[in-house]
Amino acid sequence: MGMTISQKILAAHTNRDFIEAGELINCKLDVVLGNDVTAPVAIAEFHKLGLKKVFDQDSVVLVPDHFTPNKDIKSAEQCKIMREFAKEYSIKNYFEIGQMGIEHCLLPEKGLVGPGDLIIGADSHTCTYGALGAFATGVGSTDMAAAMATGEAWFKVPESIKFIYKGKTPRWVGGKDFILHAIGDIGVDGARYMSMEFTGEAISSLSMDNRFSMANMAIEAGAKNGIIAADDITMDYIKGRVKRPYKVYHSDPDAVYARTIEYDVSSMEPVVAFPHLPENTRPVSQATDVFIDQVVIGSCTNGRIEDLEAAASILKGHKVHSEIRVIILPGTQAIYLEAMRRGFVEIFIEAGAIVSTPTCGPCLGGHMGILAKGEKALATTNRNFVGRMGHPESEVYLCNPAVAAASAIKGKITPPWEVL
Amino acid sequence: MRFTGKVYKFGNNIDTDAIIPARYLNTFDPQELARHCMEDADADFPNKVKPGDIIVAEKNFGCGSSREHAPIAIIGAGVSCVIAHSFARIFYRNAINTGLPILESPEAAEAINEGDELEVELETGRIHNLRTGEIYQAAPFPDFMQGIIAKGGLINYVKDKEQ
Ligand code: SF4
Repeated sequence: MGMTISQKILAAHTNRDFIEAGELINCKLDVVLGNDVTAPVAIAEFHKLGLKKVFDQDSVVLVPDHFTPNKDIKSAEQCKIMREFAKEYSIKNYFEIGQMGIEHCLLPEKGLVGPGDLIIGADSHTCTYGALGAFATGVGSTDMAAAMATGEAWFKVPESIKFIYKGKTPRWVGGKDFILHAIGDIGVDGARYMSMEFTGEAISSLSMDNRFSMANMAIEAGAKNGIIAADDITMDYIKGRVKRPYKVYHSDPDAVYARTIEYDVSSMEPVVAFPHLPENTRPVSQATDVFIDQVVIGSCTNGRIEDLEAAASILKGHKVHSEIRVIILPGTQAIYLEAMRRGFVEIFIEAGAIVSTPTCGPCLGGHMGILAKGEKALATTNRNFVGRMGHPESEVYLCNPAVAAASAIKGKITPPWEVL
Repeated sequence: MRFTGKVYKFGNNIDTDAIIPARYLNTFDPQELARHCMEDADADFPNKVKPGDIIVAEKNFGCGSSREHAPIAIIGAGVSCVIAHSFARIFYRNAINTGLPILESPEAAEAINEGDELEVELETGRIHNLRTGEIYQAAPFPDFMQGIIAKGGLINYVKDKEQ
């Protein structure tokens, strides 16, 4: 019996030739990640162990991104805990303001994660790194604390669902739409405890930025991880970034799957998820009667350069609707800089949008664009739960950057082809 | 461990933003978090919940973010245990790691109503509805996790191993 790519990576990290779905195993980790919300809790737990060092100071990554630049005194105190810990324990990969970015944009960019890695992060969207052919999954702060001490974590080997995306990808459709389509199909608990494996010709031709968007939202279907086997596109991306050894894994032809689901993307439209769950999806052409107050383009799902490029290509020469606030958040400093060099920032500002320093900000209702009662936002983020972006009676609609930009111009949800 | 308490009932997909909204994540003090526990699902919950009360929910309780603030807020509010049709996986992990008792039972989640009184026995997974007399059986934890629970959470478990 063969193994899936996820099983193979887990097996390699527990020194076994073969493992089966359902087994409980203890694995060695390549990277342990935390942010300014989760790391302070983990640090408090870590201190209870009374250790003088972390298992490996190069493998712990700390990124203050949620409430930074610090939105208030309490968040400043949280970040201070992290900063002091990083100093005391010589954590090399601590990223201060000026170096930081949204963690899941930053780690791949810095080459800290690579194919075949086993990564845990005290952030649910840690699954993003599956786009590189790694096994990456979100955990809580206590798991992070234990992992900082031991370099290990326990896992239940997941079953996998194989998603095959066939056909030629239409214009304006990308990774965000592929994943929203799948979540709409199987539901927010459709892959609970499982691995989502993305394959097919439409995935083979998908850019890295689009793959990150896709793997990012595996958690939104309840999955433990989302994964795309590394190929030439992956190799191009990691070249010059990943400096340590990595390994490319593929699923065996006779690997066992809980389910196999096929989609033909040729007839797919951009997808919009309605409040208050990512599974409430509709094709954009059936979402056009929704008037909005705010557009947010950014986050670990869609804050990368191609996302900004898509938005800029639409906003160029246009003005955002007079009754709409448009907030654009490049994912990292490097992305910000490239957006400036390529003229995107100028396009955004001339259109009447604001461009923020990299931060999670409004994505989790933290700061930089909170919604009032009854307001509606269209966002390229990943969650539209009740109260996610502000008041419990506000609403969030999810979409790709092209739809967000077109809608920013029209003041209501609009397909990109109606603007360009 | 045995708990008796009054039930607060919730529906499907109660996410971590509903359990503890992100706007309060600038602290991890259990008492402070408890003041906002479940507030986006039921604004009055923090006022009416009493020590020992029990949360019963339907599918996928705790979906969304990995914030441990969610089980910490529930523990802070004095809730003795959470029973659900099913739990989201990170919440499940976090509950075990922080010592919040949880039980998965589709039958119990379906049959139990708001205001019912329950008696719950964690070791056996036995849930007794004192109002209706009905008894439901939840699956007990795998041995491996019982080990973590017996040690009082993951950190103590690791501490023992390190020594
Ligand atoms: S951008 Fe949003 S989803 Fe991503 S890590 Fe930040 S808060 Fe979480």
